[in-house]
Amino acid sequence: MSEKDKKFAAALDSDSRRTPVRLAFLTRRTSPHVSVKDEPFVMTWPDALFRIMVAAQLVAIALVLVSLLWDAPLEGLADPLQTPNPAKAPWYFLGLQELLHYFPPVVGGVLIPTLVVIALIVIPYFNVNIQAEGLWVRNKPQRLRMLAIVTAALTVFLAVLKVWALLAATLPMAALMAWSAGVTPDAPNRLRRWLFSKPLSFWIMTWFLIQAALLTIIGVYFRGAGWEWVWPWSE
Amino acid sequence: MARSFQNYLGDLRESRVWQSIFRSGSGPSNLHRSQAIQQNLYLHLFSVKSRRSSLAIGVTWYLGTLSMVTFLILVATGIPLMLYYHPSVPQAYADMKDLQFAVSAGLFLRNLHRWSAHAMVLLVFAHMFRVFYRGAYRPPREFNWVIGVMLLLVTLFLSYTGYLLPWDQLAFWAITVGSNIMSAVPLLGPKIRFLTLGGNTVNANALLRFYVLHCVILPLAGGMLVGIHFWRIRKDGGLYSGKSGDESQPQVSQPHE
Repeated sequence: MSEKDKKFAAALDSDSRRTPVRLAFLTRRTSPHVSVKDEPFVMTWPDALFRIMVAAQLVAIALVLVSLLWDAPLEGLADPLQTPNPAKAPWYFLGLQELLHYFPPVVGGVLIPTLVVIALIVIPYFNVNIQAEGLWVRNKPQRLRMLAIVTAALTVFLAVLKVWALLAATLPMAALMAWSAGVTPDAPNRLRRWLFSKPLSFWIMTWFLIQAALLTIIGVYFRGAGWEWVWPWSE
Repeated sequence: MARSFQNYLGDLRESRVWQSIFRSGSGPSNLHRSQAIQQNLYLHLFSVKSRRSSLAIGVTWYLGTLSMVTFLILVATGIPLMLYYHPSVPQAYADMKDLQFAVSAGLFLRNLHRWSAHAMVLLVFAHMFRVFYRGAYRPPREFNWVIGVMLLLVTLFLSYTGYLLPWDQLAFWAITVGSNIMSAVPLLGPKIRFLTLGGNTVNANALLRFYVLHCVILPLAGGMLVGIHFWRIRKDGGLYSGKSGDESQPQVSQPHE
């Protein structure tokens, strides 16, 4: 197309009164909102904000009630010469403290938490987590073999280090994975069908969640003087 | 004939003063409802419209909202607590006793702050797992997930720094245990610990540092990240609905062809 055939002129001018021109660029990329079909929308005010206000009121009332009924703990004045036994971190770090019982500090206190944070951050940047295909949908025999190898390796590793708390969650988890693998999509057991559809990231995160909860519960309730195992009811 | 409260409210909203403050009147039209969001500095972080499906309780369990509410309760109780607190040894502990026995509703104030803090840690964790299990981290929301992880860390640090402030045995030894972990970092460990505590042991310097972190630096960092977190919800196309029409399905996730 030659210059004179053009039916428009391109201009660059920031004075909108002198050159009232709008340029529209149409790209072939689908804009997010074009692909949304028949999604019913409501006005944020009042529909969403009203619900948010109700949720806020409910949690505020619940916390006020808790605060009226139970007092926050306060022990004696801090004394650097009197070490309580056991000295425990806040509950959300007791899982970590429990790990320190099994691993050297650089592993339990630094390496593992750092790896966990990095693993959390990178989740959305892997396509395998975005497509989230069921773990057993493809290459089932291969993946089952992989599961067996990883489980065996972990079991040996944890048993040698005597990390029973981690082993106690890992083995049932592996068994559950293997159980969910041997199913056809029209099997009668709904839980099993549901688990079958779950991707690898689901299994890893669930393993992590159960592990973290278990370690925290052990740290909070089952550890006494010298970080020895105690039963919470044997005061 | 007495006019209803609604009428008075309506008149108030149409008045010059109201409109000078809020920049818009009120009315039943969607234009007015849009303006209620757009013309408010804080609310404009939200989108004007929300997907109806995303508002159902079973979708999000409102865990993000509830985390924010506990954060606001913590700010609202934390500021009055600061009025009664000196970050010095051993005065800090005496202030706890004063809150318990001398200050009106002081005990309630501290209870609410402490239980809300525990609730916030729990809610933030729950929010993260809920978002993960729904797959709401998918593009274009991946960076908002990263901001969420940062907010989780800020929450943990906020709670941890606050743990020392009562200066009782519980506080002192919990922080001692925690800070000993820092020295396990290869090479830099002892230096990091020294920097955090302002000394080789948990002492008055550590209390002051934790106080400044707890009351100034971390709340500001959290507040700014929360602002971005909310704003990105709107920019990334609203709350994830998980429906087939949602824009975050893989076929439109590539920004360029």
